[in-house]
Amino acid sequence: MIQFKSISKTFQGGSGPVHALDNISLHVPEGCIYGVIGSSGAGKSTLIRCANLLESPTSGEVLVAGQNLIELSPAELRSARREIGMIFQHFNLLSGRTVFQNIALPLELAGKSSSDIENAIAPLLELVGLVDKRDSYPAQLSGGQKQRVAIARALASQPKVLLCDEATSALDPQTTVSILNLLKDINKKLGLTILLITHEMDVVKSICDRVAILSQGRVIEENDVESFFVAPQTELAREFVRAAIHEKPASDISHQFRQGYVEGSRPVLRITFVGQNVVQPLITQAARLCQVDFNILQADIETVHSKTMGFLMVDVVGEEQGVQDAQAFLQKHDLQVEVVGYVS
Amino acid sequence: MSADAWSLLFESLLETLYMVAVSGLVSAALGIPLGVLLHVTRPRQILQRPLLNRALGTVVNAARSVPFIILMVAIIPLTRLIAGTSIGTTAAIVPLSLASIPFVARIAEGALNEVSSGLVEAAESMGATPLQIVTRVMLPEALPGLIHGMTLTLVTLVSYSAMAGAIGGGGLGDLGIRYGYQRFDPIIMIATVIVLIVVVQLIQSAGERLQARYEHK
Repeated sequence: MIQFKSISKTFQGGSGPVHALDNISLHVPEGCIYGVIGSSGAGKSTLIRCANLLESPTSGEVLVAGQNLIELSPAELRSARREIGMIFQHFNLLSGRTVFQNIALPLELAGKSSSDIENAIAPLLELVGLVDKRDSYPAQLSGGQKQRVAIARALASQPKVLLCDEATSALDPQTTVSILNLLKDINKKLGLTILLITHEMDVVKSICDRVAILSQGRVIEENDVESFFVAPQTELAREFVRAAIHEKPASDISHQFRQGYVEGSRPVLRITFVGQNVVQPLITQAARLCQVDFNILQADIETVHSKTMGFLMVDVVGEEQGVQDAQAFLQKHDLQVEVVGYVS
Repeated sequence: MSADAWSLLFESLLETLYMVAVSGLVSAALGIPLGVLLHVTRPRQILQRPLLNRALGTVVNAARSVPFIILMVAIIPLTRLIAGTSIGTTAAIVPLSLASIPFVARIAEGALNEVSSGLVEAAESMGATPLQIVTRVMLPEALPGLIHGMTLTLVTLVSYSAMAGAIGGGGLGDLGIRYGYQRFDPIIMIATVIVLIVVVQLIQSAGERLQARYEHK
């Protein structure tokens, strides 16, 4: 639905050119909720602004619904943008317009009649749960309500695509959850394709189908969310995953922890698994078969992409051969096992 | 105060209001579009034209640097061309308007600069044309600031209109100078000043109320 074909964006900064985006290719399939995550300054905002050409890439192509936006005339671009809704971190509602009038804006811009507008907005108010706020001004609304208005406004022109620019970053955790649920709901009900950028792994964890990590203007990892959580490939991805599952660094859990192996030290394993009740029998089986003990340092269950995922940090106590066998046994049964360090 | 003095005062008040109202309208009608132009042609704005912007800015600054009393005299040929005469209330409207257009333009530009760039970006993302962005987003969102600026302009015009009196423009200022200064009649001068104070207060409070009505903060 959205396709970035090797796009690059260079800004002329004070101290020479800055490469905000460096040869990025991404494909957001139809109906997908696609998350782009990265630290601040990674180029996320620039990337999402390229999806409706608020920012024009220096080179490359941007295809939305099969249409190459780069080739369009200004008038054609404006009509293409009506098919691409966008919401923002700071909502960007007009303070002088009521909720109703804010949602009506894109329809007014498209020259719709007032009766058409009236008909279009009633169901939108219902969808975002703001029927009773119809005539309120933005200043009278909470952050979450403002974002709901912005979502309704973005949906008013019945777009095929919704772009979310840090849409929950200015909201408290509870409101974030309700906005994410609303987005998920819209995605299901309307089959809307959503491209979102965020620095919060929780957003990716709860609603995204696919995820890409952006670092210094490059996509360094791209995967479906499940595989991303189970087997992050890059160090940055591992950091994001650890943050999302609230994993404590192993050095905090055990003061005997060390990075490298020394004679007689035992490995600390990080075991990741998907689905319930899989791991416990495997752990006990491994213990029995290989004659080792598992010392559980940390355990956590998380819901990722509406699947249950478990994360375990264990240190393995036993003969060296047994420890190796246990590791191999767990790996053989499709658990993701990673040695994060050693304790002695 | 005699009945004659009262009617003189009333007449002068009407003249002042006439001058202020007409030149206020003219300055809004021409100054606000000029302010919009100054704003949208700025670098990184929706119709950025840095050269045009700088040229316009220079002209506006030049117009604002001419002291009003000199402007009034200097443009007498233009005043005659437009008003048919260079003396009287109607004639005074020409320099008053000319002086307040660049003032309003700068004030409007300032009010528009206060509109968050996020709103403009949101409108662009909805496929708004530059004209739509100006008329549907920028001007409505800047409205409280514009009202504030116009209030300021009208108050300034009241005092400028008194200066116009000095070259035979009529109005309260003219009255005050003729009777108070030239005929040593302190009563009329004081009455003039009181009326001016009341006029300014009324303009200010009306402006503030109007601004509050459109400010949803």
